[in-house]
Amino acid sequence: MNTKTKAKKSFNSNTILLVITIALFCVLYAGGCIAYGSKGFTHFQTFLNILITNAGLICVACGMTCVMLTGGIDISVGALIAMDCMMLAVGMSKGIGAVPMVIIVLLVGVVFGIFQGFLVGYLEIQPFIVSMAGMFFCRGMTAVICTDQVSITEKINATFYKWANSKVTIPFGGYTNNKGKYMVPYVRPGVVVALIVLVVIFIMLRYTKFGRSLYAVGGSAQSAAMMGLNVKKIKMGAYMLSSILCSIGGVCYCLNTMAGSVTQALGLEMDAISSAVIGGTLLTGGVGNVIGSFFGVLINGTISSIVKTNGKLASSWPNILTAALLFVFIVIQSIFAALRARRK
Amino acid sequence: MEENVLLTARGISMTFPGVKALDNVDFTLRKGEIHALMGENGAGKSTLIKCLTGINDFEEGEIHIQGIEGPVKNRSTRDAQNVGISTVYQEVNLCPNLSVAENLFIGREPLTKLHTIDRKSYNKRSAKIMDDLGISVDVTQNLENYSLAIQQMVAIARAVDMDCKVLILDEPTSSLDDEEVEKLFNLMRKLREKGVGIIFVTHFLEQVYAVCDRITVLRNGAFVGEYPIAELPRVKLVAAMMGKDLDDLAEIKKEQKDYSKEPMEISAKGLSHAGTIKPFDLDIHKGEVVGIGGLLGSGRSELARCIYGADKAQTGTLQINGETVKINQPIDAMNKGMGMLPDDRKAEGIIADLSVRENIILALQAKRGMFKLLSRAQQEEIADRYIDLVQIKTSSKDTLVKQLSGGNQQKVILARWLATNPDFLILDEPTRGIDVGTKSEIQKLIVKLAAEGKSVIFISSEIEEMLRTCSRMVIMRDGAKVGELDHDLSQENVMKAIAGGES
Repeated sequence: MNTKTKAKKSFNSNTILLVITIALFCVLYAGGCIAYGSKGFTHFQTFLNILITNAGLICVACGMTCVMLTGGIDISVGALIAMDCMMLAVGMSKGIGAVPMVIIVLLVGVVFGIFQGFLVGYLEIQPFIVSMAGMFFCRGMTAVICTDQVSITEKINATFYKWANSKVTIPFGGYTNNKGKYMVPYVRPGVVVALIVLVVIFIMLRYTKFGRSLYAVGGSAQSAAMMGLNVKKIKMGAYMLSSILCSIGGVCYCLNTMAGSVTQALGLEMDAISSAVIGGTLLTGGVGNVIGSFFGVLINGTISSIVKTNGKLASSWPNILTAALLFVFIVIQSIFAALRARRK
Repeated sequence: MEENVLLTARGISMTFPGVKALDNVDFTLRKGEIHALMGENGAGKSTLIKCLTGINDFEEGEIHIQGIEGPVKNRSTRDAQNVGISTVYQEVNLCPNLSVAENLFIGREPLTKLHTIDRKSYNKRSAKIMDDLGISVDVTQNLENYSLAIQQMVAIARAVDMDCKVLILDEPTSSLDDEEVEKLFNLMRKLREKGVGIIFVTHFLEQVYAVCDRITVLRNGAFVGEYPIAELPRVKLVAAMMGKDLDDLAEIKKEQKDYSKEPMEISAKGLSHAGTIKPFDLDIHKGEVVGIGGLLGSGRSELARCIYGADKAQTGTLQINGETVKINQPIDAMNKGMGMLPDDRKAEGIIADLSVRENIILALQAKRGMFKLLSRAQQEEIADRYIDLVQIKTSSKDTLVKQLSGGNQQKVILARWLATNPDFLILDEPTRGIDVGTKSEIQKLIVKLAAEGKSVIFISSEIEEMLRTCSRMVIMRDGAKVGELDHDLSQENVMKAIAGGES
């Protein structure tokens, strides 16, 4: 009996996918530096700007990853962000303080998440349908709150304005501009929030019962139930988490745009899903982690940044490049899946 | 309750809509024994197990478990686990994307002071658990990196570590190879020494005799008996499962004709399909009716499906009329003059919402290809001819098939294949679920077709039917062809051959 039963350890395809994602980001970024070094792409601040622009998306992608780990999907996030921004903008212009407004937005996220999670987990409705309904609801509510674009200016709410314009400086990586002035690199507070979210979710997924049960449910919901996990509750938790993180992301997003508008964050859910997929999260569930999704966001951000720096390319090019990347990644994933099946 | 009895079930009855699935069934499991639960498909094995594990809600009867006062009624698998009953199924109920250790501990992980999972501690404990059971694996590796056998053992290890007293193994060996089965048996013996009571459900007779101490036999939802292994030789076990008493068997003689001089219609050499049927050789001559005998699940249908291309043969060669052919899918077989009536006529055969006429011409049309449509007049003529030939009782040829009785539906499918004018016909359970009169009509038709020079493979659970119609019988056991009988065809001989080994 004691013959050594060796695991076929040859490689762990999930780690490889993550390495490919990170390597791809490095290649893209290096390519940008070589091509547009003269336009300032090599500056550390360019990288930080990608983070600043995408702080909201990072939070959303973390939530999306958790939902996708269970084998589900949440396409309501873009519309929820639009609703969050509109609530912040209109609320503050009506004279409500910045802190109460942020709390209200987060609470709305919790309630919305509980509702969607209940429908998916306990009533066992398809997550796509549930979150599609959620998407229409949020987009509609945004217009109900206000159909115009509402900007948040210093006059409307000084606190929020101060948050948005404060800089968190970084003590290294600065450069001297052509006027001879030393530029100190900085990020906005939203980036700090996003990075904290990233770390917390990373730890949660790896080291807590809830985190591991997300993987178990995605691996096989039936088995998870057989092993005594409360699958319904876990699924509900995932959608709650997604909506909460989305609301946190919504605040970060608003800090960046300083406005509420019906058409805001259109298609952001697709950016979040594509970031997760490029980061190695499987739509079928059970595989993936937020570090991959983070790099997925960075890759999308880098592509936009390159196109913007070039200045001549049409703004539709990032979409085409993302499409190409997605295609490459799903092909790689299915090749790995086929290899794994063959090893059995 | 006896001292060493772990679990008793008394008078368990349960009905599914329209069917009595279990009728007053008794079952007793003692400490430290491996107890086989035997019966043909549909005998009620799974239903009984689901009653024990809380998936099914039985109507009558009581279950008692050692150490627990009063009758136990489980409402869920979780309840069952709490009273010490764990089940490991054929398809492993674990998460392949998690590590072995996580699979052992998920839902009950040890925690650190910070309420995070204590990975180190459970990795160490998992390693010890697996070591104690003599399974050497790297517990930090993902489960999907290991073979099915190891996965199954991990599932067993999880059950054992959760203090199970009763371990139910439901067809655990179906997808394992011989070496893996042996490993599993060693583990089972080890657990027996530890005092675990194991209920072993399998359809492999050898395995029962290799590892079990006692056998309980069910048939058609009823309790047949409980026997110590030494008192129930194989043939008697088969007889008990099939419900035939060997002493009462009336000998049915059939006139023998030597077909070996006739030209060869079908000749298979080494055909196999991984997971369903092991390589087999089979020759069928012109005008011959060959029966395939074996227990349900022994590979009878699978053999036929492999010849017909429904399960594409992965090895071996097939000759039709002496010409080697490649059959990748059923349409290839049809074009070579084969026809097959599948055993699951609801799922694979009948199209309930089409008329009798449309169902009859279906295979012929498929054979001709979609661009050579049969005219309405041709269709009607064919339909009339075969309704008459196989005597389908229908109000008209445009009646929907779902309005016909089961026996007449079966005749419609038979007519469908006859309409393609096949030289070689495979009939898988053509007589199942139909009344006696129709059965004998179909048998007569088979003999008549053979007399016209067609070759037939006839598969039936009723040995008598095959004895009456077949000149030769192929015996299947555990997914392999184990022999052929061409003389002394008698129920006793066939059953002995099905049971295998010394009787």
